[in-house]
Amino acid sequence: MEIIMSILSGVLFTCGIYLILQKRLLQIIIGTGLLSHGAHLFILTMGGFPPGAPPILKYGVEVYRDPLPQALILTSIVISFGVTSFLLVLAYKTYRANKTDNLEDLRGTEHE
Amino acid sequence: MLHFLIIAPLLIAILAPFLYKKLKSVHTGWFVLVVPLFIFIYLLSLIRTVIHKPLLLQLNWMPSLGINYDLYVDGLSILFGLLISGIGTLVVFYSIYYLHKTEKLGHFYVYLLMFMSAMLGVVFSDNIFVFYMFWEFTSLSSFLLIGFWNHRHKSRYGAQKSMLITVFGGLSMLAGLIWMSLEVGSSSIRVLIQNSEIITNSPYFMPMLLLVLLGAFTKSAQFPFHTWLPDAMEAPTPVSAYLHSATMVKAGIYLVARLSLLFAGTDEFFLIVSGFGLLTLCWGSYMAVKQTDLKGILAYSTISQLGMIMAMLGFGTGIAVFAAIFHILNHATFKGSLFMVAGIVDHETGTRDIRRLGGLYTLMPITATLAIFGVFSMAGIPLPIMNGFLSKEMFFDAAVDLRLESGSIYQMVAPFFPIIAVIGSIFTFVYSMILFFKTFTGKLQLSKLERKPHDPPIGMLISPAVLVVLIVVIALFPGPFNKYLLTPAVTAVMGEVPHTKIYFWHGFYNAPLFMSLIVLFTGTLLYLTRDKWLHVYNRLPGRWSMNKTYDYVVNGIFKGSTVLTNSYMTGSLRSYFRIIVGFIAIIGLYTMYSSNGFALNINSTPFSLPEFLVALTMAVAAISIIFVHNRIAAILILGVVGYGLSLLFVFYSAPDLALTQLIVETVTVGLFLLCFYHLPELKRDKETSGNKLFNLVVSVGFGVLITLIGISSHSSKWFKPISDYFLENSYELGGGNNVVNVILVDMRGLDTMLEICVLGIAALGILAMIKYNRKGDLE
Repeated sequence: MEIIMSILSGVLFTCGIYLILQKRLLQIIIGTGLLSHGAHLFILTMGGFPPGAPPILKYGVEVYRDPLPQALILTSIVISFGVTSFLLVLAYKTYRANKTDNLEDLRGTEHE
Repeated sequence: MLHFLIIAPLLIAILAPFLYKKLKSVHTGWFVLVVPLFIFIYLLSLIRTVIHKPLLLQLNWMPSLGINYDLYVDGLSILFGLLISGIGTLVVFYSIYYLHKTEKLGHFYVYLLMFMSAMLGVVFSDNIFVFYMFWEFTSLSSFLLIGFWNHRHKSRYGAQKSMLITVFGGLSMLAGLIWMSLEVGSSSIRVLIQNSEIITNSPYFMPMLLLVLLGAFTKSAQFPFHTWLPDAMEAPTPVSAYLHSATMVKAGIYLVARLSLLFAGTDEFFLIVSGFGLLTLCWGSYMAVKQTDLKGILAYSTISQLGMIMAMLGFGTGIAVFAAIFHILNHATFKGSLFMVAGIVDHETGTRDIRRLGGLYTLMPITATLAIFGVFSMAGIPLPIMNGFLSKEMFFDAAVDLRLESGSIYQMVAPFFPIIAVIGSIFTFVYSMILFFKTFTGKLQLSKLERKPHDPPIGMLISPAVLVVLIVVIALFPGPFNKYLLTPAVTAVMGEVPHTKIYFWHGFYNAPLFMSLIVLFTGTLLYLTRDKWLHVYNRLPGRWSMNKTYDYVVNGIFKGSTVLTNSYMTGSLRSYFRIIVGFIAIIGLYTMYSSNGFALNINSTPFSLPEFLVALTMAVAAISIIFVHNRIAAILILGVVGYGLSLLFVFYSAPDLALTQLIVETVTVGLFLLCFYHLPELKRDKETSGNKLFNLVVSVGFGVLITLIGISSHSSKWFKPISDYFLENSYELGGGNNVVNVILVDMRGLDTMLEICVLGIAALGILAMIKYNRKGDLE
């Protein structure tokens, strides 16, 4: 299970980075979305998958799933959601201001 | 007292601009004059103590780092200290008449006092770090003084050049000194010298020697680093007289003399120092003949004289060191007076070009008389009333004397050195004659001059006159100078009392006199026929002068770094990201490979078919996004991945996660759909296959890295997770059964608070972006 999940998060990372390296803003944002999915899955995998009940205390249950990665991922999901939505609006405004969403046309070499 | 006196010029320098501003009627120089004069008198009073026993004055500065403001006063440093303060006094006096009150005198005297302080610090410091600090301080103040008339391009060029070259040397010297101090374990120059065997026997002796000598050679304008000195002539003439003839350029000489007890006796030191010294002597005097500017001649002449002193220090024999020290004193007197004379000529005629000068003898008799002494002393004319002759004679003596030394190296070079010395001196003779006769005799060309020249005011003549009187006095009465200045200085350099006396006349039938006569006759011959052979300068150096090389190197560095920077700073965010990710992938994979970090444990948790199917769907969906060129499809497929992830959360029995992921994914897809309405169609952009392949390699490399990290960290669990604590205490401490929620709001509540902040900031940012346009108006 862990090996499959590791491979899956590797695939998500690969696709995410490949998309970020593309030219269009929309592709880049989709890429970041994939990247954050990959990262969440990765954190989950790091916690391992020993069998157990959901971490909600119940009389009589001895073994629970690890709650800490879940808390971390929950925080991370919310943050990446905030960032993604910000990026989306930024992309929209960039397009409005520059009349292009092609990253090659958006480069600014003058003052670098 | 001396501790204070060294930094006294710096303290006075603070006052100089105020004096200049407030007391406009008096030339600021008069106030400044007191400082070097007082230091000079104080140092004179020290001589009596120092000739018996060197003084070590200690003052703690940063004892924990071994950096202390310790001063060591012996014959060598007192000689230099007297030169610095004595000539400093004369130069300040001269500058009072030379610089008009409309110049930025406040700046000038601040720089000059800074320099004086730095130079005194150099010669008296015992600690290498303090020594280095003052050393670079001389570079800095020299830079400011050369660029004093900063509206001129040539001044700025000269200042930059001298700064680059001397600081380059200074830094390498610092490296050499630190290296030596690490070998010995002390940062005191005195202790370094006492432990010279440790350094000379070290396997790193050669690099240490080279690093230190690089500092001395760049500062003292030795070949091939001499090229900054002629350009430094853009400085006001008092500065040239002070810095670039008498004091700063001798800092390198001082360093070599100071450390010669440390290095002396090694063949490397002998060969490098005397070889480069003689080369500089010949090259400098050869190039001086070509110059047409008075100060240009003097600059190259300074280079060649410094080469001569350096060569004698390299010889390391008793007579050679004595001659070197003697010549340091002599050179300071005649070169200082010559620079001042050149300044007077410039001041009176408005030009320093010898092609426009001539016949000034009748108009400026006093100046010409002063010049005669300086020039003839420099040329070493066999007249025993000029001190230059005495030290030049000793130089020949030292060169001939080398054959008496034992050691294969000495035997090898002994026949050549006297010949080289004579050749260098012949050219010295020629340019000295040009300097005098072209300026003061010949046809007067009044039409080419700006005004009719006449002798300057008496105040301007006093300083060169004092130096000229010194030239004669040293020549006629060398005894007291020998006893109080030279012998202690040579003792400090050699570590033993010298047995050399200064003779007026060596008598007939000896090699030095014979060599002097050769110089005299060949020099006269060459001077008279110089129109016939001056064209050799078109061939040598021709196009390959050191100036050209310097310009080529500096421009090359500028161009090269521009090309290099432009090659990777393309302005394309994609290529930056590619570099960053590719770098992480390479470093990560390499680390994993080199540290043998990969581990594989196949005994993982068994999985069920539904889990596998969901994972497979997600992978397929993620890959297919790349190939889809329809926006809605891409967005929806991203949704598939997100929902798949929430399904995995369900399988993992993480109900809160699954719930959040579901909601967030829905909202995100909604947002995407909202935005996509405004963004243009995804076009199939042309991409070169090389770029595509590069992107693919980078992203696959990163993905593989992540996979490998995941697998190996799963396969090697070292510690028990701390989650048992949360599970056990969730109810008792947090009062809740849902452990994830208790962690979020209770155990690690700070995370949640900041996460709420992030969300709030994002919301505000979005609001601001939507509401306002670029100019800040409401849309």
